[in-house]
Amino acid sequence: MVRIPLALALTCGLAVAGTAFAGGHAGNPAVSARKAHMQLYSFNLGILGAMAKGETEYNADAAAAAASNLAAVASLNQSAYWVPGTSSDDLPGESRAKPEIWQAGSTAAEIGMSFAEAAAALAAVAGDGKDAMAGAMGAVGKGCGDCHKAYRAPRN
Amino acid sequence: MLRTLVVLAGVGLAVLAAGLWLTRPQVVDPVAMGLAELEADATRGEVVYWASGCASCHTAPGSDDKLVLAGGHRFQTEFGTFVAPNISPDPDAGIGGWTLGEFASAVTKGTSPQGAHYYPVFPYGSYARMTPVDVADLWAFFQTLPPSDRANEPHQIGFPFNIRASLGSWKLLFAGTDWVLEADTPQLERGRYLVEALAHCGECHTPRNALGGLDTALWMAGAPNPSGEGRIPGLRRDQLDWSAEDIAYYLESGFTPDFDSAGGEMAAVVENMSQLSAEDRAAIAAYIVSLGE
Repeated sequence: MVRIPLALALTCGLAVAGTAFAGGHAGNPAVSARKAHMQLYSFNLGILGAMAKGETEYNADAAAAAASNLAAVASLNQSAYWVPGTSSDDLPGESRAKPEIWQAGSTAAEIGMSFAEAAAALAAVAGDGKDAMAGAMGAVGKGCGDCHKAYRAPRN
Repeated sequence: MLRTLVVLAGVGLAVLAAGLWLTRPQVVDPVAMGLAELEADATRGEVVYWASGCASCHTAPGSDDKLVLAGGHRFQTEFGTFVAPNISPDPDAGIGGWTLGEFASAVTKGTSPQGAHYYPVFPYGSYARMTPVDVADLWAFFQTLPPSDRANEPHQIGFPFNIRASLGSWKLLFAGTDWVLEADTPQLERGRYLVEALAHCGECHTPRNALGGLDTALWMAGAPNPSGEGRIPGLRRDQLDWSAEDIAYYLESGFTPDFDSAGGEMAAVVENMSQLSAEDRAAIAAYIVSLGE
């Protein structure tokens, strides 16, 4: 009685893991990691933004948690997935990272540092009320825009 | 035979002369515009400045200082490469020596103080709808900006587009003061003024015909990027289903409803729009939502 469900569970578990493994490695792993990184920004910003826009009610704990996640992701060392050879020229249709990121005079790393500072500043005040949170989101949004303005290729 | 040729040549010259006269560069009449009586206000002018996006084209490439209008930004188009001029208040390198009337002629008529047509890469086709008081306020704000002595570079435009006289016909065809859309509430009127005149959104979001004029039948329906890189999205309701609140928040923060962020040229537009009042952003959003399908 016990063995069949266990075997079934194992089989299912392996099948799911296999799919996830295949899915995660379908494209260039560095680009996939960057997209996952951006997705985590987007998800946590979505929680904060919905409160800022008034779509959901402000909740100090939820805001503090989302902002803290955002700051944690921003503080990750990303050097292993921003590697040369993965630009929009190298991987058209997959990567939207402009080659200028890796060229002389690139300010991408500095923008990343200021973004991490802005995210930390947001995390420090996100639980202090809706206005404090919404105010600190401005600098975070500016960081997104600064990098995307110069270094992200259009989608189409 | 010779006589016929002479007559024909004479008729041809007369037609050419009439054409050149009809399409000559137009200037404003400062008296009729009432420019002298206006009490210009630099504080109000700053709102016009951000709404009109002057800094997006006229700051130096790579500069973060959106108040130094040194020029130098290059625009690659199918007609050639245009280089944005220095419009800082420097009396020699910039436009510090201009009068308000000359500034108004440049912005709303596309005519230089020397009486030449500007290329429509300068969006005077939209600015033509700017009110005299906004022109005067903007000029007052310009006087408060830091001067830059960066020297201008010539545009790199090939024949026949380098014949500026031909731009008069372009202006007659495409640069008018009529509104594109009806606006029946004060908010929509304000939104229309911001979108169609100051922020000149249609210059990128509306496709152009073979002569480079905006195709108003496809108003805001999206267009190829003149730089050749990607496509500028359409904003009509069947192309953009964001709510008015979403649009206003995007213009304030750069965040899309799914919390991606603005990139490319639009990120610079958001930097300008974020300086406006919440009411003005809401008015723009109301106009965009009213575009229909």
